[in-house]
Amino acid sequence: MATGASRADRTRGRLLVAPPFLFALLLLAVPLTVIVLFSFWSQDFLTLDRTFTLANYREALTDPLYRQLLFRSVWIAATVTAVTVILAYPVAYFLSFHVPPASKGLWLFLITIPFWTSYLIRVFLWKVILGFNGVLNTTLETLGLIDAPLSWVLYNATSVVITLAHAFAPFAILPIFVALERIDRSLIEASRDLGESRLTTFLRVTLPLSMGGIVAAILIVFIPTVGDYITPRLVGGPDGLMIANMIQTQFLRLNNAPMGAALSVLAMLSVGFVAAIVVLGLRRVAGLGR
Amino acid sequence: MKRPIVELRDIHKNFDGEQALDDLSLDIAEGEFFSLLGPSGCGKTTLLRTIAGFEQPERGTLTLDGKPMEGVQANRRPTNMVFQSYAIFPHLDVARNVGFGLRRSRLSASEKSNAVEEALQMVGLGGFGKRAAHALSGGQRQRVALARALILKPRVLLLDEPMSALDRKLRETMQDELRRLQRQVGITFILVTHDQEEALIMSDRIAVMFDGRIAQVAAPGELYLRPASRRVAQFIGMMSFLPARLRGREIEVDGFGRTDVSERQAPGGLKDGPAEVGIRPEMMSLLSEPPSQGQRAASGRVSEVTYYGDMSYYAVMLDGTDRTVTVSMKNLPGGVTAERGEAVTVSWDPGSLMIF
Ligand SMILES: Nc1ncnc2c1ncn2[C@@H]1O[C@H](COP(=O)(O)OP(=O)(O)O)[C@@H](O)[C@H]1O
Ligand SMILES: [Mg+2]
Repeated sequence: MATGASRADRTRGRLLVAPPFLFALLLLAVPLTVIVLFSFWSQDFLTLDRTFTLANYREALTDPLYRQLLFRSVWIAATVTAVTVILAYPVAYFLSFHVPPASKGLWLFLITIPFWTSYLIRVFLWKVILGFNGVLNTTLETLGLIDAPLSWVLYNATSVVITLAHAFAPFAILPIFVALERIDRSLIEASRDLGESRLTTFLRVTLPLSMGGIVAAILIVFIPTVGDYITPRLVGGPDGLMIANMIQTQFLRLNNAPMGAALSVLAMLSVGFVAAIVVLGLRRVAGLGR
Repeated sequence: MKRPIVELRDIHKNFDGEQALDDLSLDIAEGEFFSLLGPSGCGKTTLLRTIAGFEQPERGTLTLDGKPMEGVQANRRPTNMVFQSYAIFPHLDVARNVGFGLRRSRLSASEKSNAVEEALQMVGLGGFGKRAAHALSGGQRQRVALARALILKPRVLLLDEPMSALDRKLRETMQDELRRLQRQVGITFILVTHDQEEALIMSDRIAVMFDGRIAQVAAPGELYLRPASRRVAQFIGMMSFLPARLRGREIEVDGFGRTDVSERQAPGGLKDGPAEVGIRPEMMSLLSEPPSQGQRAASGRVSEVTYYGDMSYYAVMLDGTDRTVTVSMKNLPGGVTAERGEAVTVSWDPGSLMIF
């Protein structure tokens, strides 16, 4: 009888997960398999050669152009992540520790306001701010602080970093905020009581206990930024282009889907690799709060 | 009395206009096991947190070990606290929790680990150092919190309802152990509790608090036998109250009749007019035979019996009144018992009446 009941439970469980499972299969597993398959094929002008080959990977890993784009993507994403998380932490901390509980909801709401406009519009906005005749340059010129417009603020890696950091800030603030909210305040008092100052309490208690939120923030920012396409395209200029731009070029302009697929797989692998290091590394740090 | 180690003078604290501590003054002697006892919300935790340095009073002074504490942060005070939630650091193992406060000491690494092991042994957790914080039971968490505070040898140890999260048996064990530990280390303990039984069992002295004020400070026996007010009497132990009228030294009590009383039975003094008389359950008994010569007795009817194993409580409605008194009787073999609804005679001792 017990087994009968548990079998019924299991059936019901399967029925419950079936729709999301099919959804995930259709939208995630199938495209992923197709991409991986493509990366081992080759393109001969207009025909697709379906014989297995590693040529795409060989080319991707030896051609300095691809390598440079891949490294730059990881590098820009890492910088964006660092900038975003370092700026997000104090905001999340302030929200959690210094905003009265009654107004926390309002503050969170204000933080999400930028999301009411589309990502594309926000990127254009930065173009307007950072451009040659943009808000930043005209303001500085009017104030007499500079003679000629600054050229290093747009169409390079810096502008990509600024734009992406802004776009992803709320994604970083929220998980850190949640982690800080979950810290039992009596732990912080206990640390003060045991002789630690505000600063050492932060380092020994608050920071290690919010590490879960930091790891989440890092992954949430890093993973999508490595493959970001719009921002480098619009504000990146030639020095700010990233791997996604090349993947797009391969697929749509050069009509070389297998090469694009190989680059996609490599980009995914590097993201996975870096993410794994971050997760394992920071877990370690969190355990060493001694 | 030795010089007080904790001196509180006219302490005032309010939260958004709500008075949590109201002109409170208190001295606590060195080496005492002192309890703050009162109903929930009376300000016990606030008082403890004021001593620890987590709340700043708007007015009044606090002196610890002869030093004024104004502007001294919690991490610089000679106190340590056992939090109600125990506040065990979840990211650290037991040894690192206990040794947390030793970082700033000048001990070497091996001296520190010896001190940690010693502290763990003191609370009966020898060898538990490597245990993860989340793998501890409620009682073990409390012991870790205790070891973590005691390892720093504070002048005053503050305990905020440390037993409230434990089940009854464990609570009794921990009460014994805490008392033993206090005698062993000789540190001043200040225990916050809302459980009058716990306060009576453990303390050298008890401060009873109501509404942010101290109602009475006394040793357990005195508190029980000589409560300073009706409210204290009602809070500590069980007491029955009867309306009465006082004229000079003579009092007429509803259901009991007339008797002479003395000045020391009336904490507020003997004032002619209506009064209230309180009496403890063990100061009365149910009689099996008519009262002897000179014995005072009243008749009534049992309205409720509460069985406690070793003893029973009888609520007796006194004849000619609408008041009940509660009488306790040991359940001795062949002793007096009564059923609900039975007519009984209650003997009482005039000297044990309290007049409010
Ligand atoms: N941080 C706080 N903010 C607002 N009110 C508080 C705060 N802490 C305590 N109080 C209020 O002060 C009074 C005393 O509280 P507390 O000291 O916790 O009582 P107890 O420990 O005796 O139960 C209560 O009315 C409580 O609501
Ligand atoms: Mg309390």
